[in-house]
Amino acid sequence: MLYDALFLFALIASVSMCLYRIGIGPTPPDRSVAIDILGTVMVGFCVLAALKTGNDYFLDVALAWTLISFIGGLSLAKFLEGRRFDD
Amino acid sequence: MINIFSAIFLVIGVLFMVLGCLGLVRLPDVYNRLQAATKCVTLGVCSMLLGVIILKGFSPMSGKALLCIVFILITSPTSAHALARGAYKSKVKLCKNSVCDFYDYGTPEEKNLPIKESKHDSNQP
Repeated sequence: MLYDALFLFALIASVSMCLYRIGIGPTPPDRSVAIDILGTVMVGFCVLAALKTGNDYFLDVALAWTLISFIGGLSLAKFLEGRRFDD
Repeated sequence: MINIFSAIFLVIGVLFMVLGCLGLVRLPDVYNRLQAATKCVTLGVCSMLLGVIILKGFSPMSGKALLCIVFILITSPTSAHALARGAYKSKVKLCKNSVCDFYDYGTPEEKNLPIKESKHDSNQP
């Protein structure tokens, strides 16, 4: 189907822009923001996979990916504030 | 008809995700990038999941999509706020076109800000 190829191309373009920002980001907060956004874009990939194959468990993967991305973002923010992981 | 509505929501979601990641590349500052990317990508993913809910009706897939919308709407602004605070605490400069910095308002070396605080006490007897 044509829509699937267009959606997949658009999401691959999004991931490419996030990886570009992770690569050339001048400061560490740039890279942290791009990693956090990348974790949200991957949920879109899981939604497309669930629609294409018709299986439920890709949305379970999306749910777990959301929560793990949240914990990763909070720990990166705590690291950026100057504290270490055992505070 | 349901397919058309679902496809409209999916197209809106994918378009917002691409524009948010374009803002992540093009904007000049950490805070501007965080603003653009977080809002647009959150709206895009929620719109895609809403398209799944419209397409599938009352089914287990729709329930999981609804739960995923709730978790994204809770966790994404929290993570963005923590990242902005961490970026400010690690002393990243604002870009040159920024007007003023309200988060640094109370410190004594910032005396010449364009907006001053109104004095409520002078009107009272």
